[in-house]
Amino acid sequence: MSRILQSAGERRSETHPLTWRLHDDQSPVLLEEYLDTGGYAAVTKALEQYTYESLTEEVKGANLRGRGGAGFSAGMKWSLTAKGGDAPRGYIVCNADEMEPGTFKDRLLMEQQPHLLIEGMILAGYANRSKQGYIFLRGEYHLAAASIQRALADARADGWLGPDVRGSGWDFDIALHTGAGRYICGEETALINSLEGKRANPRAKPPFPGQSGAWGLPTVVNNVETLCNVPGIVNHGADWFQALSGDLSSDGGTKLYGVSGKVNNPGLWELPMGTTGNRILELAGGMRDGLALKSWLPGGGSTGFLLPEHLELALDFDTIGKTGSRMGTGLLTVVADNQSMVSLTRNLEEFFARESCGWCTPCRDGLPWSVKLLRALEAGEGQAGDIELLEQMARDLGPGKTFCAHAPGAAMPLASAIHYFRDEFERGITRPEGEAHADPIPVGSV
Amino acid sequence: MTTTATIGTTIASDGFVLDPADRAAILEERAHYPYPQAASIEALKIVQKRHGHVPDGAIPAIAETLGIRVADVEGVATFYSLIFRQPVGRHVILICDSSSCFLTDYEQLRDAFIDHLGIQMGQTTADGRFTLLPVCCLGACDRGPTILIGEDLHGPVTPDEIPRLLEAYA
Repeated sequence: MSRILQSAGERRSETHPLTWRLHDDQSPVLLEEYLDTGGYAAVTKALEQYTYESLTEEVKGANLRGRGGAGFSAGMKWSLTAKGGDAPRGYIVCNADEMEPGTFKDRLLMEQQPHLLIEGMILAGYANRSKQGYIFLRGEYHLAAASIQRALADARADGWLGPDVRGSGWDFDIALHTGAGRYICGEETALINSLEGKRANPRAKPPFPGQSGAWGLPTVVNNVETLCNVPGIVNHGADWFQALSGDLSSDGGTKLYGVSGKVNNPGLWELPMGTTGNRILELAGGMRDGLALKSWLPGGGSTGFLLPEHLELALDFDTIGKTGSRMGTGLLTVVADNQSMVSLTRNLEEFFARESCGWCTPCRDGLPWSVKLLRALEAGEGQAGDIELLEQMARDLGPGKTFCAHAPGAAMPLASAIHYFRDEFERGITRPEGEAHADPIPVGSV
Repeated sequence: MTTTATIGTTIASDGFVLDPADRAAILEERAHYPYPQAASIEALKIVQKRHGHVPDGAIPAIAETLGIRVADVEGVATFYSLIFRQPVGRHVILICDSSSCFLTDYEQLRDAFIDHLGIQMGQTTADGRFTLLPVCCLGACDRGPTILIGEDLHGPVTPDEIPRLLEAYA
């Protein structure tokens, strides 16, 4: 169970649109309370006042950027989805496969306020002329599954889902699809294959899911937090959404930020988009046990390492993007001064090696090789040239070399760890070039 | 809706019989999708819930129930990490090995589990009580290091808490 570390008294509807209803005791917000506090009003408003085009334009105008980590405009994604005229009615898929290392925000929203997600999905469904939504939830989120199942049944019984939604003549329903492991399912085209009951290998793009997604029909895949922002935008308008971040960021809205690692007060906070890393780390109570901060990941294992000096930057997609890293999911993973960058990088590359679907050669064969080199460096058995080889591999795993973003995601922490902390890697080299590692590690051992 | 030929019935099923309730549950899942293959992962999970793992004979039985190819079910069953193709213990302990738990000392916790249970990762205790497996980020990084026993999330867990924690799992 995730915790929001702002008390109910601190969270208000006008400033904390994602979390203001959440209870301090972490119990879920059920249908009756959700309705009593203005829940599903955005659906009523959309059905009465918006066409699918104008609803898409509203979300586009809000500049709601994808909270799953890529930061692509949700409204733009919707506008690029075939839906007018003769286009077949397709699917809305919620990416609830939260497995990015260091990320624990969608769990909170699904466990404690599933109706906000359902309301967002209904609106996305309406804007895309969809007939069916699926929530693709990772299999290990048992509490979220139970919470969503109950909420779906309650919403259906009250006419928000099913045939003729609230007398509008529009049919829309949502089914929960739970996964069975594998990080790659979070990649949107792999997710679609998995939804179809296939192995989760990513698909070549184009065609993009907006043209040909699930079962060949136009499909929108949005992250949980992204969809949870839609009801507020419909209720209060794009200008209100933009104003939530004020002067802090050109991106609108709030963000669920979080911190994990050796801090005094790890957890989640809903804050204006563009809040600085310093402010977030301050809320987390700083480093624990007298440790100092050495480095941090801004938003998951597939983002690049940054230095303490970068904490003064606004945590938004463009600002962090300019450092060469990515904001990703916006949940900080902090590294203490007594923790080895070589060991942590080895841990991350082991993760990516294991979770590769095996479809593309650089990813399938390159990642285990990087682990082998990193293990040798970690053991002080590296040979001259290993670091340059790792740098070359990071380039060969970069964008455009593979079908999906898994390998580039693995390359980012690898390249940045070497860039900022090369001395730590150099300390692992004890052998001249050409001399075999003392204890070769079998390639198949990852 | 599907025109895929049913070939599952021609494959030896090792004496496996799909429980009628499981068959009904699989067909109910099938109704959620436009094509039956989409229910294959859920079907595997339904079988696994009853048997603890997915016996080989269940693969053709699921294919027959959904009217899809055996190879498609087999391909899915071998891809996903939480579908178990060998018997596991009554309680599967999934230890998060991702970066946040790594930074909150999961490796010490993992080693303590290995010592306490006398098995390596991927193995099952001789009494059939516990299986130890790694898992990707459990999405509870504010509570690292975290583990999942069955459907129960625990964290942060320290090595000295292991004996008391496991008492609840007979």
